[in-house]
Amino acid sequence: MLSPALQTYSGAADRYDELLDAGGVVRPHWRVLLERLQADWPDSARRGVELARRLVVENGVTYNVYADPQGKDRPWALDPLPVILTAAEWREIELGVQQRATALNALLQDLYGPQRLLAEGIVPAELPFGHPNYLWPCRGLQPPEGRWLHLYAVDLARAPDGRWWVLADRSQTPSGAGYALENREIVTRIFPEVLHELGVRPVARFFGALREQMLSFAEDEEASLAVVLTPGPFNETYFEHAYLARQLGLPLVEGSDLTVRNHTVYLKTLSGLRRVHSILRRLDDDFCDPVELRGDSALGVPGLLGAARAGRVQVANALGCGVLESAAWLGFLPGAAEWLIGETLRLPTVATWWCGERPALDYVLGNLQGLVLKSAFPNQRFDAIFGRDLDDSARADILARIKRRPHAYVAQERFALSQVPAWRSTGQLALTAKAVTLRVYAVATQTGYRVMPGGLARIASESAVDVVSSQSGGGSKDVWVLSEGRAAHDTTARAAGLRASVRNDELPSRLGENLFWLGRYAERCEDKARLLRATLEARADSELWEYALAVTRDLGVIARNDNPLKNLFDAGNTLGLAADVKRFTWCAQQARSRLSTEHWRAIGVLDRQMQEITPKRSEAREILDRLLLSFAALGGFAFDDMVQDNGWRLMMCGRRLERVQFLSNLLARCLRAEHPSTQSELEWLLNITSSTMAYRSRYMASPRLSLTLELIVRDTGNPHALAFQRAELQAELERLSASVGSSLEDMLTDCYLPLVEIDMGSLEGEGQGAAYMRQTFAQGLETLAAAAGRLSDRLSLRHFSHVQDKVQTVAT
Amino acid sequence: MSSVRYRIKHETVYDYGADVVHAHQLLHLTPRQSPHQECLSHEVELCPVPGDRSEDVDAFGNRVIRIELDRPHRHLEVTAEMQVNVRERATVDAKSLPWERVRDALAYAKRPRTEQELEASRYRVESPYVHLKNAFAEFAADCFPRGRSVLACADTLMKKLHDELTYAPGETYVGTPLLDVLESRRGVCQDYSHLMIACLRSQGLSARYVSGYLRTIPRPDAPQLVGADASHAWVSVYVPPIGWIDLDPTNGMRVGTDHITLAWGRDFGDVSPLRGVIVGGGQHTLRVGVTVEVV
Repeated sequence: MLSPALQTYSGAADRYDELLDAGGVVRPHWRVLLERLQADWPDSARRGVELARRLVVENGVTYNVYADPQGKDRPWALDPLPVILTAAEWREIELGVQQRATALNALLQDLYGPQRLLAEGIVPAELPFGHPNYLWPCRGLQPPEGRWLHLYAVDLARAPDGRWWVLADRSQTPSGAGYALENREIVTRIFPEVLHELGVRPVARFFGALREQMLSFAEDEEASLAVVLTPGPFNETYFEHAYLARQLGLPLVEGSDLTVRNHTVYLKTLSGLRRVHSILRRLDDDFCDPVELRGDSALGVPGLLGAARAGRVQVANALGCGVLESAAWLGFLPGAAEWLIGETLRLPTVATWWCGERPALDYVLGNLQGLVLKSAFPNQRFDAIFGRDLDDSARADILARIKRRPHAYVAQERFALSQVPAWRSTGQLALTAKAVTLRVYAVATQTGYRVMPGGLARIASESAVDVVSSQSGGGSKDVWVLSEGRAAHDTTARAAGLRASVRNDELPSRLGENLFWLGRYAERCEDKARLLRATLEARADSELWEYALAVTRDLGVIARNDNPLKNLFDAGNTLGLAADVKRFTWCAQQARSRLSTEHWRAIGVLDRQMQEITPKRSEAREILDRLLLSFAALGGFAFDDMVQDNGWRLMMCGRRLERVQFLSNLLARCLRAEHPSTQSELEWLLNITSSTMAYRSRYMASPRLSLTLELIVRDTGNPHALAFQRAELQAELERLSASVGSSLEDMLTDCYLPLVEIDMGSLEGEGQGAAYMRQTFAQGLETLAAAAGRLSDRLSLRHFSHVQDKVQTVAT
Repeated sequence: MSSVRYRIKHETVYDYGADVVHAHQLLHLTPRQSPHQECLSHEVELCPVPGDRSEDVDAFGNRVIRIELDRPHRHLEVTAEMQVNVRERATVDAKSLPWERVRDALAYAKRPRTEQELEASRYRVESPYVHLKNAFAEFAADCFPRGRSVLACADTLMKKLHDELTYAPGETYVGTPLLDVLESRRGVCQDYSHLMIACLRSQGLSARYVSGYLRTIPRPDAPQLVGADASHAWVSVYVPPIGWIDLDPTNGMRVGTDHITLAWGRDFGDVSPLRGVIVGGGQHTLRVGVTVEVV
């Protein structure tokens, strides 16, 4: 009796089916979910799929790598139907993963210590020594509490017999835990009541344990400081690094944010160097320290290994852990575990032959047909080869290659992955069967390894595959682990609470600098867009048009002697608006870890707007309107959606300084004109400075120069006035200085005061006296703009000076 | 047996175009002690004096100095001075084990390994500067006829490299791929040594990279040796049951009292005399001077 939802779903005889038992009956622990799909079929199911798609698309913005020059976006594919595991099934996995993590930690300790397993002949020396991530300089390293493996992941697959088998171990910088959390958050919005009814165990607490582990190491009285080390925004999984850092409440840093002095790691912060106790790294082993490891890249932290050797920093995972990432280990781990921890591994492993061993080589040479061939070491890249797919000459060629360098090859038995129901990715809404693997995570704690109750399920792009490796072009699923006795599901137990304070002064200088420039570019884009829009509103045959064009040119917003509109949105024009928008999105991306999802999403919208622009004059005003709306939204996020800490202050200072410079230069340029400004020119000025409404409500008269200047220069209540910028800037600088404990000379007040003293009325009129006063006032404004520039430099010098130096490697 | 006593001065001078504000350096400039060599005195002096300096032994048994320079500088001078007594090595009979037996004995066979075997197995696999390609095995194939003793094979290979390669300073650099060296048949001691190591490892044998110095002024009856004005490099091959035998493919000779050993490792990367990371510095120039005197 198949329900309508299941009409398109069929079991398979040769593989385990997660949903249906051997008799084709829905397994009990799937029934609640199935009933939910059945109710109001297919409408509610469709709504669920659409919601998931929408949430993924929206969050997809957060996955896109903006600065990727190739523009390669990798949208995250989430199938909203989970993989469901019973409490009993999970118990086996949990115990097995805990035990395996313990054994692998012991193995690392031996490989980087006495190497007894190699001397005993239990493990071939070729496996560690031939692996590019066996780091000789790390031999003898003694990480705090003998802990090498802090975060561990294992890929599992269910065999036809119903047991979960190990496909691969992830010991270097296991990825995907952040995605697992993100999946859960999305799926929770689709099936909130099902999760509750089933008592699905929450995954967020796992991150609490990880954070605790990271903060557990401290040597002195100081509070422990832990950071997440990323290779940077160009890395394909940067999204996850930023996401993880946010979830853990730890600063996200790049190698250049850290410095090692006297065997101690420091973070370069706004207020100087702050000792770092723990590093959760997402940087590969051999890139971590260019002094002692790979010297061809300056990505890492020079001297990090020395600090680790001195026991002054905890690195998670310890440097060199990547050596275990090879299928070649699989066949040797049971023996190693017996020897190291005296236990039989609970989780079975897919049958694996390392060809460096004579009998294994002979077997592989004779049975290639039924095997999958892989490289033993990750630096020898080739895709898995399926013996059954080879023709005679290809097989002969492969066999010769294996014989020449047997120890570089591993063969594995083909493995029939289990299947789960998933929505078809195209066409009508229907369920289909897809092969699935499970990535399960464990974190070291003071009382042993703790396993995340859930994980990341990955499904193949096709329904029937027996690939042992993960599939490209597939998708992901949430993993539901049912609690024993159906404890109430606590949907609110998110990572909340762990986002506890990162102290203000722990803001990395580089991040501070990026936030400062984010503020500057946001303001610069807005100013330019408003200037352009006001200019384009002038009739092309009017005097104002010529005047506005001249000013716009003089301010460098459009090119000289050119069709002013031709290159309006050409990012190749380095002074143009489009180039500034690009710089803005670049800064935003660098500061990604500080922006909320909504904020980031709004930046994504802006970025797409810019990409969709077709340079037609008729549309220019509309484009500028839309851009200004987007920037207004971003301004709103900046005010309402960000923690007002030192990073935020720097961003606001950037905005204010930029606006001071823009307003001063604009007004000075207008005052420098031979004639006093006409009424239409003043209207234009008010338009650019968003002060038209304010003028009308205040003066209820047609614009006059003195009143216009009063409003744009001296009115402390007008958020677009110079006076307002100065007051806000002064307030933020004082807070910033108080927080980092150093003062910054007030460079604006001296330049600003003369502007206040001048009688504005004296600027009006055609007379020589008035013309002289206008020139004097213009000069005052220019002095103010220059002072703002100097203040910006001083700020940079105080907070960002150690950011700029280039790092290079040298060798003789 | 006779021995030769040397006084060696190895100077490295960096001039930077801009201030180096911070630097970490790793120095392999201390001669190794071995049955063939006794280090009588050694000293490494730095100008400016580093803020932190520590000495240690690396994973391959070499003595290393790690320094941290925490004051801005435009000039770095590293002067290593040492006195070393080099003993003549016993003449080794080329009748060692057949090379296939050495190869097979090093392969994994689920049995306990001796300390020597475990040591040898470090130098039998790919390393960062020595990738193993079929081309190396093919190039060396004629040096490894069935049943020939491993030492005879290594000697033949050394002579082959010496005969077929042209010593060509300045044409290669440390990043030049070995396949290019094989193709052009041109290079310096580093290339000769890496290529010889690649050939030996391609046959399943163990070989390590040795860095050191060469006697500058030849003995009266001997020809001028190549590579004496800077640090030199050669190869050590595992020859059971005798041990490790050093061969200099650049000069086509067994290593005797003309060679002074500094350090050894899997390849150049493990024993680079001076490597580091500097912050700032701009463009820089480097001068290296080595003098080796017999005393």
